[in-house]
Amino acid sequence: MNQYTTVFGSLSDFEKGRVDIVDDDPKYYAFSNVYDVASRSGPYEKVAVAKNLEYVLEAIRAEGTSEWRATPHDEFALVMDGTVIVELLDPAEQLIDPDASGSIGLDAQPSGTRMGRVIAGRGHMAMLPAGRVYRFVADEPAVILLQTIEGPDTVYKWADICQTV
Amino acid sequence: MTDTLNNDTAGAGVNDAGYATFTAGGFTFRRDEYFATIEWPTGSHQLAIDSFLRSMQRDVAWGFFYGIVNFDEVFGTMNHYGNVDMFAGRFNEAYRKAEVDYSENFDHDVLIECFKAILSDWTNEGYDPFAAPMETGSAFGPSKGTNDAAVTRRRVVADRMVGVPGDEQIRSDETGFPINRGFEDVPQDEPIVRAEAGYEDEVCSFNLFAYLSRSDVTWNPSVVSACKESLYCPTTEEYILPVIHGNDRVEWFVQLSDEIQWDVEDRDTGAKRARVVMKAGDVAAMPADIRHQGYSPKRSMLLVWENGSPRIPEMIAKGEATVHPVDF
Ligand SMILES: [Fe+2]
Repeated sequence: MNQYTTVFGSLSDFEKGRVDIVDDDPKYYAFSNVYDVASRSGPYEKVAVAKNLEYVLEAIRAEGTSEWRATPHDEFALVMDGTVIVELLDPAEQLIDPDASGSIGLDAQPSGTRMGRVIAGRGHMAMLPAGRVYRFVADEPAVILLQTIEGPDTVYKWADICQTV
Repeated sequence: MTDTLNNDTAGAGVNDAGYATFTAGGFTFRRDEYFATIEWPTGSHQLAIDSFLRSMQRDVAWGFFYGIVNFDEVFGTMNHYGNVDMFAGRFNEAYRKAEVDYSENFDHDVLIECFKAILSDWTNEGYDPFAAPMETGSAFGPSKGTNDAAVTRRRVVADRMVGVPGDEQIRSDETGFPINRGFEDVPQDEPIVRAEAGYEDEVCSFNLFAYLSRSDVTWNPSVVSACKESLYCPTTEEYILPVIHGNDRVEWFVQLSDEIQWDVEDRDTGAKRARVVMKAGDVAAMPADIRHQGYSPKRSMLLVWENGSPRIPEMIAKGEATVHPVDF
């Protein structure tokens, strides 16, 4: 017997909550919605939806094939909607300083060894391991929540995405 | 008669209801069939025992957590990471004005042992303080057995990510984690993982939503992935967060499924600041100077995102980290 219906969101079907202020500034809550953000983003735009010092969570609209990216530390991609293929490569040479923070985009596919791939659907979380290279492929628009550290192409547009009044 | 824990925390004899009385510094803890009664040199306070045990369970399981764990508007603990304050009325404006608030500092290990002893002695057979009220028996009545298997559950802390070889593993019927009744409709498919030989430890993925659908506890954030000090601490929620959590740093929530409503109050006075209604996909920060309590009418999935850096409270004290998450 299935008494309960679990409500998840998607790009095509999401409902936003809100901050009801009693005595405060709504900006302090930086309230946004990952589906709302991804529905208004370009492919693979890395929009910060949460930030704690140098750490960020990015809402990413996965659509088509992304660039290859090198990451100095583990990142984690949680698929919030759709299906995303994660391709992993062990680069032949070090492409990023292991002490750096945040991943960087590469101009072309680097030489290296294929590590394998993950096909992840909604709710699935994939590790993007430190020192390796990855790219995403999504045939249909999908949404990734990326746990990482801010990098050169992290996009900040809080005023556009957050409740302000 | 005295069941001595150590010099600071001694359990006294057993009362008519069959429960031991405990002392820690100037605080005394007694329980009867319905209530926990706490006494300290300048006052006393009572909490319903089911609510008290649910709060005590979180405080113990989280090792006093980040910042302040208020059991209610009067009693709680404040973590200083290594030592901890136990207080009454400290974050209550009326108690402060009347100068009847009271606080005492304890070594972390001393107070946690006292709390564990209370939890073990006061939890009856059939009552699970981690469970939603509809999923467990009664906390009330005279002493009847124990439920140590429930109250000493191990907290999950992944080193890299759940599912990575050698790290915390995914949940299944076989490992004793059936799908919760509130999540029967959550897909249980696992991602397709194709690792080339030699890369099995790095090509890893798991179904987080299925993993959470099999959680046997409520309001118990546990670490599933760690990007340096950035910790994903998802949890499943049902009914009311037993404690009113007072932040000592900014904390973030991502609602993964269903809906939770949060009461947000000033951390120090308890004055109401906001209500935050979070639905699937919503992201919200909780400032470092608030306290909050969540309400989840149906079991829901909440991603609590913490920055575990031990430097943060000091950074906030020095003004190096703001109490608000972002400026825009
Ligand atoms: Fe909290």
